[in-house]
Amino acid sequence: MKVDWSTFYQHIIEATGETIYMVTLTLIFGSIFGITVGLALFVTRQNNILENRWIFGILNFIINIIRPIPFIVFLVFLMPVTRTVMGTTIGTGAAIFPMAIMATFSVARIVEQNLMSIDPGVIEASKAMGASPLQIIFTVLIPEALGPLVLGLTFVSIGLIDFSAVAGYVGGGGLGQVAITYGYQRFDTSVMIVTVVILIILVQIAQWIGNTIAKKLMRR
Amino acid sequence: MIEFLDVSKTFKIAKREVHAVRNVSLTVNKGDIFGVIGFSGAGKSTLLRLVNLLEAPTSGMVKINDTDLASLSAKDLRQLRRRIGMIFQNFNLFSSRTVAGNVAYPLKLEGVPKAEIERRTAELLEFVGLSDKAKNFPEQLSGGQKQRVGIARALATNPEILICDEATSALDPETTADILKLLKRVNKELGITVLLITHEMNVITTICNRVAVMENGEVIELGDVLDVFTKPEHPTTQRFIESVNKDLPSAELLKEWHAAGDKHIYQVTYTGGATNQPLLSQVTQKYDVHFNIVYGSVREIQGNLLGNLVLSFKGDQDKVSKAIQELQAIVDIKEVILDES
Ligand SMILES: Nc1ncnc2c1ncn2[C@@H]1O[C@H](COP(=O)(O)OP(=O)(O)O)[C@@H](O)[C@H]1O
Ligand SMILES: [Mg+2]
Repeated sequence: MKVDWSTFYQHIIEATGETIYMVTLTLIFGSIFGITVGLALFVTRQNNILENRWIFGILNFIINIIRPIPFIVFLVFLMPVTRTVMGTTIGTGAAIFPMAIMATFSVARIVEQNLMSIDPGVIEASKAMGASPLQIIFTVLIPEALGPLVLGLTFVSIGLIDFSAVAGYVGGGGLGQVAITYGYQRFDTSVMIVTVVILIILVQIAQWIGNTIAKKLMRR
Repeated sequence: MIEFLDVSKTFKIAKREVHAVRNVSLTVNKGDIFGVIGFSGAGKSTLLRLVNLLEAPTSGMVKINDTDLASLSAKDLRQLRRRIGMIFQNFNLFSSRTVAGNVAYPLKLEGVPKAEIERRTAELLEFVGLSDKAKNFPEQLSGGQKQRVGIARALATNPEILICDEATSALDPETTADILKLLKRVNKELGITVLLITHEMNVITTICNRVAVMENGEVIELGDVLDVFTKPEHPTTQRFIESVNKDLPSAELLKEWHAAGDKHIYQVTYTGGATNQPLLSQVTQKYDVHFNIVYGSVREIQGNLLGNLVLSFKGDQDKVSKAIQELQAIVDIKEVILDES
């Protein structure tokens, strides 16, 4: 059964909006928590400004456990928790919850790695100038790592577009769900092609925005 | 004033202990340009980092103006660090900030009002001669310019002390000379006590008034630069001095010279005022002998001239002896003995 494009295009627009909504919101939560966790991971590392074996060990362990889980498995596995927290397991709202958790850990790792590329001498210089650990975080770590950080977030946001399609498979809404319900289950190739093209465009736009900002920040 | 009282610092890596600094006692007086020289791994950087407690001593006491650093709270320590500027071999500038932003940074930490920060930043950039680079980013500067920014940044909070970790080691000789001149100005014009570490004797002789030589974590020689330079006691110190002051030509050259007929070759060394008089020519004229200089140098240390000449005399043997005798009263003169091997 083929879709009637004269009305179906509204469906596509709506689904595109849902995807953008899911990805944007996930990115916001994932960035806020991910940057926090990534900073905590970095500063509590051995010989760093707030060295703490316990905090580092626990955070590191959780990230190492969660990150390798395939998203579709994680999504299903987390459903009971999602139901408790969000009240439902269906729709975009319910999809954002597991996506944001996964994004948090991905961002945390990327943030930690970007911070490790900062010259330790620069951190030492600011310490020698009397900066407190908190001042070091906000006036050295974040500004010095911002350029690569934006590229890292771009990378994550492209991964999130992928996650959002997976979430669509289990009723998360968005372009993924449209592609699966109409394109895959009803064999309408035109829907498949249109959603794929839109997804590619979204990825390109995300990449372009990220690159442009990073380029500005890194002056290259 | 900085005082080290029997200070040691031991690092433990896994089960191994590294004694980076051992039982060091020394005093850096107000107004000094104090140099610590030593080969790589001698413990110089560790010693320097004890001054602002980037490293805490394992034993002993570090005092600044009679305050024991170990007694300070974290907050007081941060206050104290603002009184101690620090510059580095690799400059350690913030790549995300402009030149002006780097200089302004320590003032921002202190919460200085914006207008005051701007005024002070401009003043500091003027002092180090980089006013036109205020809006540039560090990566657009040469090494020497980066170090100037480092110095301006270290001076922003009006410190009493400036500590320098191999500040010129990444620079070419010409730029090194410029930076040393600037450090001298920092000391003389701003009255800031400078404690620097280096592996280049040239840095010590150019600007320091006092020197400590370090080896294996210990201070093996300590004193006024001129004294240490003219009367080095430890072999390591002698090696450092030879690195800037090769006092004799090569054995081959000496032999050649000897074979050419100059049987007696003398080395004359002198310090200070003696060089102001044409003493060599006065004495030799008096006895009607001639001299021939084949090798030598005159260098300035601490406002004193330090001469080292290798020469031979021509004339009546008796008169030559008399001339040498008279010279002996005013300068150090000894015959250069060739080892016949
Ligand atoms: N943070 C550290 N941890 C372990 N060993 C260190 C540390 N810092 C310095 N050392 C060791 O202490 C010794 C002295 O180092 P350093 O003070 O950097 O010497 P220098 O500056 O004279 O080259 C070296 O053997 C070095 O490996
Ligand atoms: Mg060193």
